[in-house]
Amino acid sequence: MSVRRLAQEQPTSFAFSPESLEQASWWIAKFPPGRQQSAVIALLWLVQKQEGWVPEPALHVVAGMLSMPVIRVLECVTFYTMFQLEPVGKTAHFQVCGTTPCMLRGSDELMAALKAEVGPKEHVSADGRFSWEEVECMGACSNAPMCAINDDYYEDLTGPALKAIIADFRAGKTPPPGSAIGRQGASPEGGPLVLKDPALYDGSRAQPIKTLPNAPEPA
Amino acid sequence: MVGLLEDKDRIYTNIYGLEDWRLEAARKRGIWNGTDAMLAMTPEWICDQIKNSGLRGRGGAGFVTGLKWTFMPKQESERPHYLVVNADESEPGACKDREILRNEPHRLLEGCMVACRAMRAHDCFIYIRGEYVLERARLEAALVEAREAGLVGKGNKLGWDCEIRVTHGGGAYICGDEMALLESLEGKKGQPRLKPPFPAGSGVYGCPTTVNNVESISVTPEILRRGAGWFAGFGRPNNTGVKLFSASGHVNKPCVVEETMSIPMRQLIDEHFGGVRGGWGNLKAVIPGGVSMPVIPAHEAETALMDFDSLKELKSGLGTGTMIVIDNSADIVRAIARVAYFFKHESCGQCTPCREGTGWMWRVMERMVSGEAEPAEIDVLLDVASQVEGHTICALGDAAAWPIQGLFRHFRAEVEERIAHYRARKPHVQGATLAAE
Repeated sequence: MSVRRLAQEQPTSFAFSPESLEQASWWIAKFPPGRQQSAVIALLWLVQKQEGWVPEPALHVVAGMLSMPVIRVLECVTFYTMFQLEPVGKTAHFQVCGTTPCMLRGSDELMAALKAEVGPKEHVSADGRFSWEEVECMGACSNAPMCAINDDYYEDLTGPALKAIIADFRAGKTPPPGSAIGRQGASPEGGPLVLKDPALYDGSRAQPIKTLPNAPEPA
Repeated sequence: MVGLLEDKDRIYTNIYGLEDWRLEAARKRGIWNGTDAMLAMTPEWICDQIKNSGLRGRGGAGFVTGLKWTFMPKQESERPHYLVVNADESEPGACKDREILRNEPHRLLEGCMVACRAMRAHDCFIYIRGEYVLERARLEAALVEAREAGLVGKGNKLGWDCEIRVTHGGGAYICGDEMALLESLEGKKGQPRLKPPFPAGSGVYGCPTTVNNVESISVTPEILRRGAGWFAGFGRPNNTGVKLFSASGHVNKPCVVEETMSIPMRQLIDEHFGGVRGGWGNLKAVIPGGVSMPVIPAHEAETALMDFDSLKELKSGLGTGTMIVIDNSADIVRAIARVAYFFKHESCGQCTPCREGTGWMWRVMERMVSGEAEPAEIDVLLDVASQVEGHTICALGDAAAWPIQGLFRHFRAEVEERIAHYRARKPHVQGATLAAE
């Protein structure tokens, strides 16, 4: 398991913005009455969206909103690795997948690029704008190697391609997410080999079905 | 033709996102067609159809989906029934559910309605992994469309009241285990519960629950529309149907593709994935379905079929059908050591054999990579692996042991050679260099 602790330096207070508060109540309303604790991951995620990371005072606020003990919130925030317990880069936080499928296709190269451009792993760069970490599988293995930047997936990367993306972020731009070599989703490079039959898309499949196959005889 | 499956038999017609995912275009592709007729059928009829189709769970374990549904109570009581869709796809190699979530969200929603009818549930949760932010947004958008069109929710036009809600996790692989997922859904840390009680008796909030994979749920409406016989016509007996396969690693064109079950592994790699980098002769090994499945060497991959039984005979498994191809240029010991690190990182820490064992196995594997180990340690490692396997609450302990066992089953000589060479390069006896001169 991964050992995770709260940051040494913490702000003194935390408050949800009105927009986050609105979303929080939308989340709480999703669950049956009395089961509002189910929304804890979603609320912590809202905290992270608002602050960039999850500071300790927020745990008390979330616990109060969901009427649950603070220790249970602390358990969640340290258990789920998606929550950042320390501040990350303000402009971009890079999460490189280093697991086997990405490793086989060159994630080492991506990590070397980040080390050169941003600095050591899990440290915010001197200007406070960038940080990076190695994460476990992000679920885009057919588009390996990949790097998640903020919430977006950048796929089919190489060292130089990632360096170009970092340069774009540094210049204040947000490069378009997705495949760096122009693949459409998870289709093969050079275009799909299947799904070429026009009958799939001409509406013939939407013709009303009279009876379902194997339907029981009407009594 | 490429592969075995014809275009007319494909279920996921928008798997690459070339068409619009929205409701109108989805309807044109046949989604939500005849759903009201399906929901008018009895739950028993639906379960029988799914059973007859031979559909086995697509999340890895391969349990017969129709049978799983029949475990739910036959009568509705004051405890509501729940369907929970497991979209917490986090196993390295597996990347098929993501394509369904972002490109075919309506197929999943339609599947949820049918499955809820089959298990008399009026509530459904879809639990997506937290990192799939875009996919979650798209599913929420599709849900809004479906609700506005009267396809989902209370008092919908289809005749079965069912509320679908999307929720998300926090980046923990363990939440892909159904019992851990239920804990996480209740807002706790995702440590698996003991079975029994099974979810069908006491699942989320203590109510009867069934947890199914995204792909298992999404194919069910199409099975009912075209008939169980159509689906059962693909693949070998006991391994029927069509399935999403994908490849990553050292193939020329990694991608996700729908194919029939039991397609030969070599045909799948050569025809759909552009072949192994450097030709078939350059193939070293294949991990057939997500990293928890043991590797099989090239000569076995030659004849393996992509189905549950064929790969089980090779002491591996189909898993999620998402293979990782490894060619001769790769360091396979390092690849498996990285897998060991993954399981060390993702162990929830509840059971001692797994919490301590995964870290221990990873540290020993790292020494195997450099060769800085004793030859006898291989047997100690395998002994520890067998003590982790099967001695934990969930299957993560097994999943951590299998890749290591698979490595030594087929590539033990390679590790031994590495250890021998390390010692040859670095004599550790005082004065050894002098003696050599």
